[in-house]
Amino acid sequence: MTLDSDEAPGAVRPGQVAPPRRARHRRVPVALLLPAALGLAFLVLPLAGLLVRAPWSTLPQRLTEPGVLTALRLSLQTATLATLLCLALGVPLAWLLARVEFPGRRLVRALVTVPLVLPPVVGGIALLLVFGRRGLLGMWLDRAFGITLPFTTTGVVIAEAFVAMPFLIIAVEGALRGADTRFEEAAATLGARRWTTFTHVTLPLVAPGIAAGAVLCWARALGEFGATITFAGNFPGRTQTMPLAVYLALETDLDSAIVLSLILLTVSVAILAALRDKWITSP
Amino acid sequence: MTPVAGPSALEAHLVVDRGTFRLDLELRIAAGEVVALLGPNGAGKTTALRALAGLEALTAGHVTLAGQDLDRPGDRLWTPTERRPIGVVFQDYLLFPHLSALDNVAFGPRRHGTDRRRAREQAAGWLDRVGLAEHAARKPRQLSGGQAQRVALARALAVHPALLLLDEPLAALDARTRLDTRAELHRHLAEHPGATLLVTHDPLDALVLADRLVIIENGRLVQEGDAATITAQPRTDYVARLVGLNLYRGRADGHTVVVGDGFALTTADRLDGDAFVAFPPSAVALHPSRPDGSPRNTWPATIAGIQRHGDNLRVQLDGAITVAADITPAAAAHLRITPGQSVWAAVKAAETHAYPAAG
Repeated sequence: MTLDSDEAPGAVRPGQVAPPRRARHRRVPVALLLPAALGLAFLVLPLAGLLVRAPWSTLPQRLTEPGVLTALRLSLQTATLATLLCLALGVPLAWLLARVEFPGRRLVRALVTVPLVLPPVVGGIALLLVFGRRGLLGMWLDRAFGITLPFTTTGVVIAEAFVAMPFLIIAVEGALRGADTRFEEAAATLGARRWTTFTHVTLPLVAPGIAAGAVLCWARALGEFGATITFAGNFPGRTQTMPLAVYLALETDLDSAIVLSLILLTVSVAILAALRDKWITSP
Repeated sequence: MTPVAGPSALEAHLVVDRGTFRLDLELRIAAGEVVALLGPNGAGKTTALRALAGLEALTAGHVTLAGQDLDRPGDRLWTPTERRPIGVVFQDYLLFPHLSALDNVAFGPRRHGTDRRRAREQAAGWLDRVGLAEHAARKPRQLSGGQAQRVALARALAVHPALLLLDEPLAALDARTRLDTRAELHRHLAEHPGATLLVTHDPLDALVLADRLVIIENGRLVQEGDAATITAQPRTDYVARLVGLNLYRGRADGHTVVVGDGFALTTADRLDGDAFVAFPPSAVALHPSRPDGSPRNTWPATIAGIQRHGDNLRVQLDGAITVAADITPAAAAHLRITPGQSVWAAVKAAETHAYPAAG
């Protein structure tokens, strides 16, 4: 045998010693600390403003107003349904983008992210043009099945899913690309076909990424406004979600708008905080 | 370690082109036989294994297992991995992290149509055979390296593969665990009725575990045979280093073999024509000045490097021929050897082994 690599000349340099770990954490440069503190203040102050301006004395009474709970329930329901829809369609699409080489894959990947950059109102108009009663698909749905989507609760779900799905796809595709494909090879050597491998190996491996994507997706759907009001309108009990209710209240009663905002804030922060530590940090 | 005679379970001619690299290897393994595929890094060992497993397609040639063509690009025949009767133990095992040891082993039988209850029974049986019955409920991250290796072996064997493929099955283990695991692996491989191909770069794994060694370099076969033949008569520098011998090629004329630039080695064997001369590093003695006495080869040399080798020191020598010599620490202290120092090297003719290079 020839020279062992660990004994090769120059491989060991006793003079070089790694600095103690603590030293690297000691000084935080002001040039970083200052903008970081400003950034935090910028994000937190408006929320603090909500709390300061909230009509605390009349709060219990306002909370029990019938419209509030209806809007909240509708928001949670539609956001959850939209997330389920995104999971059903988005996970396979993410898999396709991550695992299958096909011509135009880059174009498809760009198209998938379009709803991210599109103003939601424009998204709503686009949905109307396709799913509206005279839209490309809407007309056919109406004639063949008598199904009308715009200005219905289903319409809300579709609008929210349209806007939120890219968040899920991006998170899941990232998780799939980061996952070790050799586990799938190992499954194949044990006799697993592609579908079984997907359900029994790939999905469990990227479950944290899917969960993170679903949480982002759900949060985006919960806050959706522009596409919803354009495509589904603003009918209390049917399509009026919390953001829409806040917007409507703002025109008549600022205090009501603040209360609705607080509720939406509390519910979403509570749910995100419960999930965040578990998933979002480690997709 | 008795080679099993019989019809080949595996008959393959693996040709895989990848850029400038080309693997071109014929491989035959009988049922019950364990063949070790050895070679330096980048020789194409893993490519060969992946081609047999169907994880990589052949460019040409064929893979025939138990009389059935699995891959024959000439006839556009291709069987995907999941339909091949194979089992693979991967280098880092690739146990599914979300499944318990038991469910990892049951995964294969389940995919082969066994119902859940019986698959788990079979898996429990396999875990018992590899001595891990009490670890069945553990997740892979809760297993030690040696335990994970045994689960991976049980998982591969649980599908009763006609061809078992092992990719560096002991490389990820520390030295102590490797010793125990190697002995146990030997037992399981001996019991395996199908053909076994073991890919490794560790000569000890190959010598202990395999009935026959196939050595490749740069995608080509360089030597093939049982352990005794290969350790006694290496045919390339790589193989010589593998078995720990100094090896030279030259022209023999009676009891001398001229190697390199007119340097003649006196050998005990009598030979004519193209020849190899091999001798172990322990046969080389070092002297401060020219030794005299019994018929031996002596030549001046320069010490190029020194390193520990077991209890001894291995000294690399430059000179008319480059040689590795093993000397005791006492001898080293006596000679006060340092790199760059000039010494005399000596090898007794009786400790050399010369054999024909042709054929």
